[in-house]
Amino acid sequence: MFKISLIAAGLLICAAAAHAQTLSDLRGRYAIAPSSQIAFSVGQVGGGGINGRFSRFSGAFELHPDNVARSNINIELEPASVQTGEPRVENFLRSDAVFDVAAHPTITFRSTRVRQDGPNSAVIEGTLTARGITRRETFHATLAGRDGRALAFHVVGDVFRSPYGMDVGTPLYSNVVHFDMMLRGQRR
Amino acid sequence: MRLRPKAASLNRNRAVYWKNDAMLRNSRLSYGLVAILFHWAIAILFLGQIGLGYLTQATADDPRLQFNLYQWHKSVGFLILLLALLRLGWALSGAKPKPVAGTSVSEALAARIAHSTLLAMTILVPLTGWAIASTSPLMIPSFAFNLVLVPDLPLARSDEAEALWSNIHAVLAYASGILAAAHAGAALYHQFARRDGTLMRMFTPSRNTGPGKRPAP
Ligand code: HEM
Ligand code: HEM
Repeated sequence: MFKISLIAAGLLICAAAAHAQTLSDLRGRYAIAPSSQIAFSVGQVGGGGINGRFSRFSGAFELHPDNVARSNINIELEPASVQTGEPRVENFLRSDAVFDVAAHPTITFRSTRVRQDGPNSAVIEGTLTARGITRRETFHATLAGRDGRALAFHVVGDVFRSPYGMDVGTPLYSNVVHFDMMLRGQRR
Repeated sequence: MRLRPKAASLNRNRAVYWKNDAMLRNSRLSYGLVAILFHWAIAILFLGQIGLGYLTQATADDPRLQFNLYQWHKSVGFLILLLALLRLGWALSGAKPKPVAGTSVSEALAARIAHSTLLAMTILVPLTGWAIASTSPLMIPSFAFNLVLVPDLPLARSDEAEALWSNIHAVLAYASGILAAAHAGAALYHQFARRDGTLMRMFTPSRNTGPGKRPAP
């Protein structure tokens, strides 16, 4: 019995060491792969709501597992690539009622501060620019998987849309846009 | 309890109360206050609602404005439906004033048909609008005046069903607009060409006449 716990303890220490070892292995610069998912949802009164995603985006992140604060990310997406499964909703979102893609073809996010808040997770603060308006927003990233030179982060965050001049439809539709992203990085 | 003194004062004012009651209800000769208020409130809302409905189709180049107009249109539409149902109940439970003196049988029949049709349209047009919202795959909630969440009718959603109800809604709405114009024209003709007081009796509540009459105090 004593023997078994010793072995178990030994295994745990090895696992922890391997974990630390591999985390610092992750250091580097990654391009955000097209296989990533940038999904969002906006609730509506009575339940349900609009679920959509953006299919065209690009970006990169830099990971510093030993000094997480040095990590950073930037991402640029094309709101014209919004998909909701309903063309009338998509055209409405592209119009000047919401994204105004003719005047503002990109939405960008640039991190300004990354702070580790768990063994595999971090809080990302940065500036979001949409419809020509730039504001400070916060997202939460959790390491979701890794495979050789690729890794994935699950990133979530809530953004109020009214400050960006996209308040149309409130309060029928929530002012809060919930982002749920799976960002896959390919090491450069 | 606070209710007591109020009830007592109601009793004391019983005589006045009866008199008011006679003014609220229709008599065989004239409209009561309730019918008059229903008529003008619904007439104004209904005509404005046709204009608002038209604007929802004319503002496609300003999607934000169009979206907001749609929500106003739906809110006002539900208000009309509510008022129209209450009015129907009131109309069925009371007297229908006889046509003014000097009206021919065919005129009276035309007026009767026009009134019943208009009354029906104030219920059917919003119901068909409700059907559009309920069959639309967009599933935009009906949140009347941002206060009351109106559930959808149990209808199957599809682009085809939405288009069908849109067409029915538009035809019924514009047709009842034409009928309302003819109806208003007839009222003006009676009042100003025939000078038979038809329009005035839609403004002045009945007073102690017909079966609504109560003994004077
Ligand atoms: C008495 C009440 C109502 C009137 C008089 C009315 C009248 C109209 C009119 C004139 C139009 C324009 C039709 C066209 O040009 O194609 C319209 C469109 C519309 N109305 Fe109403 N409406 C009423 C109530 C409602 C209600 C209660 C709803 C929904 C809850 C509604 C939903 C709509 C919708 C969705 C359209 C756009 C149809 C389309 O896409 O072509 N309406 N209405
Ligand atoms: C704005 C122009 C309008 C005018 C000048 C007008 C005038 C009148 C008058 C004078 C009467 C009384 C007729 C009688 O002596 O028996 C009447 C009755 C009636 N009107 Fe109008 N009206 C107008 C618009 C409308 C509209 C838009 C509706 C419905 C959508 C409507 C629905 C009715 C109905 C149902 C009655 C029968 C009486 C009742 O049940 O209250 N009217 N109207």
